[in-house]
Amino acid sequence: MRRIISVLLENEPGALSRVVGLFSQRNYNIETLTVAPTEDETLSRLTVTTTGPDRVIEQITKQLNKLVEVVKLVDLTEGPHIERELMLIKLKATGSQRAEIKRTVDIFRGQIVDVTSSVYTVQLAGASDKLDGFVQAIGTSGVLEVVRSGISGIARGEKVLSL
Amino acid sequence: MELLSGADMLIRSLQDQGIEYIYGYPGGAALHIYDALFRQDEVKHILVRHEQAAVHMADGYARATGMPGTVLVTSGPGATNTITGIATAFMDSIPMVVLCGQVASTLIGEDAFQETDMMGVSRPVVKHNLSVRHPSEIPEIIRKAYYIASTGRPGPVVVDIPKDMTAPNERFEYAYPKKVKLRSYNPAIRGHAGQIKKAVDMMLAARRPVIYAGGGVILGKASSQLTELVRKLGYPITNTLMGIGCYPASDKQHLGWLGMHGTYEANMAMHHSDLILAVGARFDDRVTNATEKFCPGARIIHIDIDPASISKTIDADVPIVGPVDAVLKEMLALVKDSKKEPDAEALASWWKQIEEWRAFHGMRYETSPDVIKPQEVVEMLHRLTNGDAFVTSDVGQHQMFAAQYYKFDKPNRWINSGGLGTMGFGLPAAMGIALTHPDDEVLCITGEGSIQMNIQELSTCNQYKLPVKIINLNNQALGMVKQWQDMNYESRHSHSYMESLPDFIKLAEAYGHVGIRIDRKEDLEPKLKEALAMKDRLVFVDIQVDRFEHVYPMQVARGCMKDMWLSKTERV
Repeated sequence: MRRIISVLLENEPGALSRVVGLFSQRNYNIETLTVAPTEDETLSRLTVTTTGPDRVIEQITKQLNKLVEVVKLVDLTEGPHIERELMLIKLKATGSQRAEIKRTVDIFRGQIVDVTSSVYTVQLAGASDKLDGFVQAIGTSGVLEVVRSGISGIARGEKVLSL
Repeated sequence: MELLSGADMLIRSLQDQGIEYIYGYPGGAALHIYDALFRQDEVKHILVRHEQAAVHMADGYARATGMPGTVLVTSGPGATNTITGIATAFMDSIPMVVLCGQVASTLIGEDAFQETDMMGVSRPVVKHNLSVRHPSEIPEIIRKAYYIASTGRPGPVVVDIPKDMTAPNERFEYAYPKKVKLRSYNPAIRGHAGQIKKAVDMMLAARRPVIYAGGGVILGKASSQLTELVRKLGYPITNTLMGIGCYPASDKQHLGWLGMHGTYEANMAMHHSDLILAVGARFDDRVTNATEKFCPGARIIHIDIDPASISKTIDADVPIVGPVDAVLKEMLALVKDSKKEPDAEALASWWKQIEEWRAFHGMRYETSPDVIKPQEVVEMLHRLTNGDAFVTSDVGQHQMFAAQYYKFDKPNRWINSGGLGTMGFGLPAAMGIALTHPDDEVLCITGEGSIQMNIQELSTCNQYKLPVKIINLNNQALGMVKQWQDMNYESRHSHSYMESLPDFIKLAEAYGHVGIRIDRKEDLEPKLKEALAMKDRLVFVDIQVDRFEHVYPMQVARGCMKDMWLSKTERV
């Protein structure tokens, strides 16, 4: 099962490499990884999505917690949560394609953020499967370039991950 | 406040940390530090001949004393040479601080002379590493390094020190921090009371219990608590290779050690138990054999300071995260207060069964009228040293023989690289102990393969007059490799034969030591006595032992705990 693990870590040089190194040295899988400083500049928030049997996931959270620079972490998939990924996608858009793409973008609640005579650049945010759905609906033949941010997530309701 | 340069602050910090000895090797990036070292005499520096040996020396000292060891090396090759030593300490959770010089911060990333990214290179084999970014941070970083290295589950910490951080002309206010607080690092200080209570109830209700103790008992200084609990309960105890000495081997409740080359009775008792109390052990693959077949009838209580060790390979029914000494103490108090007693009848029949297993095999080997058996050398050493020596080993057959036949009654006396299995560990580790334990016997039981991996340290031993007794069980082969080739590769001895061995006697003499060769059985005792009588000399005893001996018992690969070879022909 896919898991989303959200980590607060010291915003120190090398801290990220410890997390990434841990995954490769213990043969854990990383599907996506996002990281940025938080409102408290001494902390970074890192979100990693991974898959594996429960025993492996338990080890991943324990091993992450063991890293001296990891302050706190939560497995968001253990409870209700919101997850989002941002995609920027450059599409071939000429002739009748332009209207069709515009309609599809509206259906997926995306935005066209840059336009040339032959190209649309579309911004789309949502759960990863929605982004997959958009690419499928557009058809890969028209896609010139895709960039995805990886997943960020937050728990629903009162629950917070903070110091 | 006092104004000191970075280099002086570093050495002052070591003094204030109470560090007596550091082991190391100078070089360009560490020269400011070496100059500061020269201008004081509180911290004593031991110059090795290869940086790997400096780390093993610090490691041997740490294992014998429970105190963190300290290493000082330069950047680049100095730093990379320490990696095997650091990985050795990491796998066995040994507290240690390794101070590495680095090129000046202005040169980092430019492929400067003797530049290596030591933070990156060491990352997978350290508990933590720290880099100095301003000289004024040095006291705090050193304090943190020792704190992290020696608390929780101990381990090596590397400190990377760019040369400009130790420049003599820049001075800063020096104060050594009394306390460290790290919001992201808080090792458990006691176990969960509810879990401990639950565990004790299970322990008292068990019919076929066994206690399985590991190196964590020694690292956690919990031998006395463990011994008291085990004696109070009257349960059988086995320990891992790393746990040797945590409970007296000569005691009748002790079953010897368990696992791949453990005793028949220990492995049988584990397999047939209904309750395992694992204390500071990590169910490593050399213990469990095939995990899916591991001890089918046993419920498991697992005490460990490191939550990641619990349910990593074998699921625990009752996990207890905490320092073993505190948890065992609480358990003992509960056992004493409990109205329940262990089921005497069940325990008696369990012991009867165990005694039958012990009588069936126990620890034994076939002697020969003329060939010296490695096992008998170890047994004789045990007798001649009253079982009271510090014994270091390298890795291979001699290591197993030493662990099997030298019966340790005290913790911190059996010093070996259990996790990483580092050949070349034994001599420098023995040196670290000999230096700080001048009145104790320090034996390095080794083989002609392993000893050559750090043989250059005979020179260091001469410089500092370290009277280690090197017991070279010379079978003219990489014995354990050869044994596996005998068992699994139809005796195709691919590269396990040590051709062109040196004359170890001349070699020892060339380094200023005494060499004694033993190749006749009748010489064994008198010559070992002769060697041991030379209290202030290093003696290299080269003993020609049986070239065809195998280590038994040996678990059958991918079997369960009770599947063992007991000799070349007997399999159970």
